[in-house]
Amino acid sequence: MRRRGPLTLAFIAGVAMIIQFFSPHPILRTVYTEALNWYRIISAFTFMLGLISLMRSHITKVTHKRAGWGYSIVTIVSFIVMTILGFTYGTGAGTPFDKMYEYVYAPLGATVFSLLAFYLASASFRAFRARNIDATILLVVAIIIMLGRVPVGSFIRWGRFSLPGLAEWIMAYPNMAAQRGLLIGIALGAICMSLKIILGIERSYLGRGG
Amino acid sequence: MLIAILLLVVSQAGGQDTLAPFAPPTNIIAKDAPWDAGNKVIITWRPSIDKDSLAYYEIWRATPPFTKYERIGIIGSTDSLYEDHAILEDTVVIHEVTPGKQYRYKLRGVTPDGRFTILSEPSNIAIPRIQAFNIYRLNVLIAFILFTALFLYSIERSKRGFKFFIRRIPGLDALDEAVGRATEMGKPVLYSSGLNPIDSISTIASMCILGEVARKIARYESRLIVPNIDPIVMTVAQEVVKEAYLSEGKPHLYREDDVFFLAAQQFPYAAGISGIMVRERPATNLFIGYFYAESLILAEAGNMSGAIQVAATDAIMQLPFFVAACDYTIIGEELYAASAYLSGRPDLVATIKTEDWFKMILLILTYLGSIIVLLTKSNLFLTIFKVTGGS
Repeated sequence: MRRRGPLTLAFIAGVAMIIQFFSPHPILRTVYTEALNWYRIISAFTFMLGLISLMRSHITKVTHKRAGWGYSIVTIVSFIVMTILGFTYGTGAGTPFDKMYEYVYAPLGATVFSLLAFYLASASFRAFRARNIDATILLVVAIIIMLGRVPVGSFIRWGRFSLPGLAEWIMAYPNMAAQRGLLIGIALGAICMSLKIILGIERSYLGRGG
Repeated sequence: MLIAILLLVVSQAGGQDTLAPFAPPTNIIAKDAPWDAGNKVIITWRPSIDKDSLAYYEIWRATPPFTKYERIGIIGSTDSLYEDHAILEDTVVIHEVTPGKQYRYKLRGVTPDGRFTILSEPSNIAIPRIQAFNIYRLNVLIAFILFTALFLYSIERSKRGFKFFIRRIPGLDALDEAVGRATEMGKPVLYSSGLNPIDSISTIASMCILGEVARKIARYESRLIVPNIDPIVMTVAQEVVKEAYLSEGKPHLYREDDVFFLAAQQFPYAAGISGIMVRERPATNLFIGYFYAESLILAEAGNMSGAIQVAATDAIMQLPFFVAACDYTIIGEELYAASAYLSGRPDLVATIKTEDWFKMILLILTYLGSIIVLLTKSNLFLTIFKVTGGS
């Protein structure tokens, strides 16, 4: 039962979702909407599990003085402060919670995001080294695309041909063709995976029940 | 008082209550939208002969006994089709079409200065009906049945002992090497299943691969760290890893603290993993699942820490970043084939062949369609294969 129960549930839910895709009947629409609502409700409850896990891992780090335990103190204190502020003053616009979010949390997130610029530079440097024919083609195409998409690129012309036009052609044809090839493969892979799960052939995601 | 009366007269002269000497639209036909949930009526008409003098038409609707019409919408004066369906405002239904109910429609034209024509003759009575099947998705259903038939056939063949050939996937072959390296160095393996929740098929595929990877790690008695962004994924990952250690007979090596919830948002998650890479120095980083802009932050941080890195994703936009920063990248559909490839189970391997067969069918149809469309300039082929989206 421990194994059959989840597999039966997965089968019923999977088949119901397939049927609702092909039928516009309001009852099936309701089943679909309700299933999504249930998922949202379950997700909300599982955040408590996430919270317990988060606190336990950081408290363990602090008590065992593991590497970087100081950061764990920052996490625990931040969590307590934000919880107190949220419950005491609410989370609406202009509240201390909102200000902490806007002036501390959001800029920190933006800072991590901005690291991308530096990482892009270092990754591009490695990727664009002309070590072999493939890497050289990549380098040449990258130069065409980059130059074709900045204002100075529009000054580079050979008769009727322009660099932005060439860049556009590369994006619209070879690049798009490759992307569509990948997308078809991904879609078929996803359908195959779904069928394996619905029919109970793939069970490893069930953990001990599988 | 006099001023008020004058103002009223002036406002009526240029306002909604003034008749314009133009003809309304004619031949109003209402019909149930086919193959739907019975919640839409399509209204067509012949535009007014004075359409150039009109700004738009007003659509009016009545229910039995058809004595009182109410205005339900407007549409341009050159248009000749209107779809009457439910309208939501902040999730509240402010206008609806009920299956089985009778509806009649009238139209009138409105000039740019706000004058209007008389109401048109009423349409016929339309009754929206609920349909059990959406015929516009018949092509998808046929394709799905064909795919399922091939799927079951390939499994049946594998059960009869037929061995399917699957090409090597270097990224998956490298997993053994990567886990072995971590064991030799006495360092952990870090596994990220991406940002998507458990309802994403790529996350489920990632959980299946996690099971295989955890089994290898348990065999080598190494350590596995799995930080999560979603609590449901975390719960599933804990079960999958625990089961893997159990199945290898090493449940005592499983540490629940190593499969944990790290952060609920993208960049805190990326920052958290980067921190783990710097502090714990994992020998191997595995990024398997669906990733967004954080992909390069994770992969570059791992690259700088000197770890061997394997990425597998179906997020096309992130593939170039992983290719640039990781040692091996498992691309697109290979992500879904990975658990079958790693487990080596004949029935799972057989299902990968289904994808290849179906891809061949699609390829033939694509060539055939291109030739037919180019030679005949007919849209029939495109219509047959058009997939209707939405619900």
